[in-house]
This record gives sequence, C-alpha cells and structure tokens, in this order.
Amino acid sequence: MSAITPGADRDPADVVAAPFRADDAQTIFERSHPGRRAFVAPALDVPERPLDELLAPEMRRDRPPQLPEVSEPEIVRHYNRLSKRNFDLDTGFYPLGSCTMKHNPKLHERVAALPGHAKLHPLQRPEHAQGALELMWRLQEALGEIAGLPAVSLQPSAGSHGELAGVLLTRAYHEDLGRCPSKVLTPDTAHGTNPATVTMAGYEVVKVGTDEHGNVDLDDLRAKASDDIACLMLTNPSTLGLFEPNISEIAAIVHDVGATLYYDGANLNAIMGICRPGDMGFDIVHFNLHKSFTQPHGGGGPGAGPIAVSARIEPFLPRPVVVRRSAGGDGHRGDGAGTVFDLDVDRPKSIGRLRGFHGNYGVFVRSYAYIRSLGATGLRDVSETAVLNANYLLARLREADAAKYLPVAYDRLCMHEFVLSGAPMKRELKIRTLDLAKRLLDCGVHPPTVYFPLLVDEALLLEPTETETKETLDRFAEIVAALLREAAEDPEVARRAPYSTPVRRLDEAAAARRPVLRQAL
Amino acid sequence: MANASYPDDLLYHPEHDWARVDGEEATLGITWYAQDSLGEVVFFDPPKVGAQVSKDAAYTEVESVKAVSDVISPLSGEIVAVNETLGDSPETINDDPYGDGWLVRITVADPSEQEALLDAAAYEATLD
Repeated sequence: MSAITPGADRDPADVVAAPFRADDAQTIFERSHPGRRAFVAPALDVPERPLDELLAPEMRRDRPPQLPEVSEPEIVRHYNRLSKRNFDLDTGFYPLGSCTMKHNPKLHERVAALPGHAKLHPLQRPEHAQGALELMWRLQEALGEIAGLPAVSLQPSAGSHGELAGVLLTRAYHEDLGRCPSKVLTPDTAHGTNPATVTMAGYEVVKVGTDEHGNVDLDDLRAKASDDIACLMLTNPSTLGLFEPNISEIAAIVHDVGATLYYDGANLNAIMGICRPGDMGFDIVHFNLHKSFTQPHGGGGPGAGPIAVSARIEPFLPRPVVVRRSAGGDGHRGDGAGTVFDLDVDRPKSIGRLRGFHGNYGVFVRSYAYIRSLGATGLRDVSETAVLNANYLLARLREADAAKYLPVAYDRLCMHEFVLSGAPMKRELKIRTLDLAKRLLDCGVHPPTVYFPLLVDEALLLEPTETETKETLDRFAEIVAALLREAAEDPEVARRAPYSTPVRRLDEAAAARRPVLRQAL
Repeated sequence: MANASYPDDLLYHPEHDWARVDGEEATLGITWYAQDSLGEVVFFDPPKVGAQVSKDAAYTEVESVKAVSDVISPLSGEIVAVNETLGDSPETINDDPYGDGWLVRITVADPSEQEALLDAAAYEATLD
C-alpha cells in the first residue's frame, strides 16, 4: 500500500517550492495585465464611422467590461493547470451515490459538435430547423416509452427544474378541478431537492416515515393522506438503493385522495427497460439526462431534466411542445415522409414557458445518441449491469473488516446503489465517515456521497454504475479494507487526510461562516 | 463540549431538543446529541420575537456543514427572546449547547405539555 502512505506533513521539497507555487492559486483576473491580448484584430478595411451613428450613447456601457487581459499561452496554462487540479470521471472511479457518474461516451461529443447541431441558432424558424426538431421529437418519444407515459416536455434544464415543473403541473391540475390542496408528501429519505421544490412551489412539506425494511411506512402514509394532499414525491429505487415493493399500494393510497404521484428520476439508472414508472402509477416523471443518459455533469456541463406525464396532466405541459404534423401545402420541409415538425404554442391550459428557447439542446443530442446507440435491449443491459455492479461491490465490502466497521444500512438486495453506516467505524476506530472520504482522495478515488440519506448515521451512499470494471470494483474494496486497517493502527492518518490533493483538509465551517470572496466583479 | 452530557434540570423532546422551564417562561435549545450529529453549525435562522411556537412543530432551522435541520419546539408558547449572538457565532451551539448556545425563550402556554417530555435518563435511553 505504498501508494497511499502519506508523506510527512512538511516535505523539505515543499518548503523550497511553496513560495514559487503561489501563482497556481491565481484567478484568471489576477493574471490580467493591462493591454495584454490573445489576438490581433485585422486592419480596418471599411470606412470608419462615428460610434454614435452606429449605437446611441444611452445603449452603450459607461465603461468597458472588466475582462481579463491575458495572452494566449497564459490562458492555455491557466486552464490546463486548473483541469489537472480537478478530479473527474475521466481520471478515476467516482462512486458518488444518487449522482450516476457513469462514463460519457466520446462518440456523443463528436455528434453534438456537428455544425448542424452546434451552430444552429435558437431563433431559427421551425421550417429551417426541421432536423433539430425531429431529434427533439424522437427523444420525447423515446423518453415517453422508457417512462411508460404518453407526453413529454424537454424544457426543464435540471432535475430540480423538472421537479418544480412537476409540482407546478400538479397545482395546475388541481386548480383546473377547482381544488386547492396545501400540502405535498415526501419520504424522510428524499433528495433534499424534493422538499425544497415543494416549498418553492408554495406548498407545505409533510414528511412520511420509513419502515424497518427501508420502505415507505404505509401506516404513516395512510395517516397523512387526505384531500389536503396535492402530491407524493417518490424516488424508486429510493435513496437507500432499495426497490419499493409496495409501490402499487402507495399509488392507490395517493390516487384515492385525489393527489398526483411524482417520480424523482434520479435513480432511473436501475430500472430502464425493466419496469416503467407509468405502469407503477406515477403521473409525472423527471429524467436526469446528465445522469442516466450520459451528459457530462458535476462541473462538466449543463444538465437537462425533461418530464413525462400521464394523459390527465398533459394539457398543462409547458409550451411550446415539439409536435409532428402531417405536411400541408405550406412549404415546410419535412422528414420526407409527408410530415413536418413544429412548435405547438396553442395550449390554453399550459403552465407556460419554463425557460428561454428550447432547453439545453446539446444535452438532447448526446442523450438521443446514447439511446439510439444502445437501443431497448442495450438500455436494459445498462440497468442490469448497474444493479449487478452495485451488488458485487456490496458483497466485496461485506467481507472481513469492512462488514464489521461499515455495515450495510438495510440488509436486502440492493438496486444500483447501497448505503453503508460508518457508525461502528466512528465508535471503534475513532474515524468518521468524513475522514474515510478524505483519505480515499489520496487513493485516486472520488469519495461516495456522505452523510446522506440523513436517516442513516454516518452514511456512505455508493453507486458504482455499469461502466466500471470488476477490477476497479475489486481495487476499491481493497482500498477500503486497507484504510480500515490503517485506521486501526493510527486513526490520526485518516483524520488529517487528504495529503496528495492541491489543498489539504478544508475548514468547511469557517468557509460557510466567514467566506472570503477574493474577486470583486 | 467534547463529551456527551444531558443535564438533569432540563426536559427533553425525542427530536433532540431541550427546554429549561423557569416559572412561566422556558428557554429552548438543541441537545448535545443533536449538535454532535449535525457537526459544525454554520447558520442559525433567528425566528421573530412574538412568533407563536407549537409543541412538536418546527420553529426555525439550523444549518451545519452536513445538513439543514428543522428545530422542533418541545412546548407551545410565544417567543419573547432570541439569542442574537448566534447570528455572528453559530458555533456557540456546538461549544455550549445548554448554556450560551440557547436558541429562544418562550412563554409557556400550557404547563401540562411538560408531562409528555422526557427526563435526562429517559432521553439518553432513546439514543442507543
């Protein structure tokens, strides 16, 4: 295990190098030098005109924008250095539970970069953007098929945005029926975005408990279900990585009081092509295209959170909706089969637009490429392998020391992720889950999600995903076992970790209480 | 405060909150276990003086490096004082949860509610 042995706290080499390394921490603005440029404008070859003629003074800035003034080599070095200080999926194992950090196939980047996609202007009229609209329509159809629901909107731009759309749709649905319920149910295992969404949409959050097997507590749900409930937001599999076996009964309880059932799609990676939220009784589903459908994320790019809905929710979808119509004599160019694609804005019950333009189009291209590359059987393979990998890793972590110090929170077959509790490790080895997480960084592994779900003491939530090899999973299990042995000998090593990262242990409390913001813009 | 402690002169709510009843008023705060589980507290959202609090209902939030948590009131009443020093130094909740880290003081609306609260030994037994 020499690779993970910490160096001395102050290596002599560091003492010499430290002062010269300081500029590594500079921002691009701090590298700015007046007059320095990364380009030379070509000589003016048209007659010069007074600026006032071109743009009225009141339309112009009082002073130039504050942009960094740097040369091209400085820009390249700055961002190259930054990229090396980052830990990303292309560098190593990233089992961040509930985030589905799977490999993002490079083919998708090539497709998304095609000029027809990348250079398409969002204000282009529909008749001149038939290819893009067809791709969006086909993606809608595919997502609807995966969800088992008839209608889809691609507008929401993140999972949380999809949630907000779902709760606003719920409100529109109830108001249309003349109802005005005031509360939304979320399980106590819910992603934090669920109660946040509920509050933002103007509803009151009511928490539903979890039973001793990790399922929704049905008695508690029945007790809280009333005609004042607008919706139940649920993740299946739950954030504990467990499939909810009582989902049909839950759906019946929720529908009996007139509420909608909302599917948080964060954990969709476990069930694609195997079962469908629509069949389980869900009315509204959001997808995280950046999780299940391989848009790079976690600092690597924008997300997208499309929603699929049942027929009773469809009239309220955000507008415009991408539709396919039979070609009329209006000169639209279609797909050659007598059809054209268009944006339908004539939707009187719609909750309106959720964002400018049409969503994060590049994400749609990547996700569509992924779905078409794999096909229905491939997507099913994805979910089966994700579940197999999680169960394999769980089995490896139940050997020897790991089982003793990091027991699984709920002893059941897991889905694509599982939760361990670091409570015995904290009690007996005197290191906390946070210490283990920091020490993993020294081993070239991104730590799992920690301290979530909240109901598991010292929780670690691990999601290996389907794109990791058996060797990677074995190595991770060996690293965890080695770190537990190391903690048994000297807990101080983990408590002071990490040692090999660009910055050492951060004082998160001080950062939150007294943030130092260096760049005044 | 490094080691667990649950003073005998307090009444406890199973959601990890305490009340120190003094005649017609009570001081409220969170227990040693609560602050230890939360980790370092970085923000306390001070409720307004004059606001009503209800037994078993949330009356404010505390935020730590790990999570944002509701604070549950062990008793019903009206807030008559808020610990203003926590705005600048929320870490006091970790350092002295039963003393300088108190959160609010309330008038006690219904003294009989105290019968449903736990004594130190009974509360500590819920933590195992």
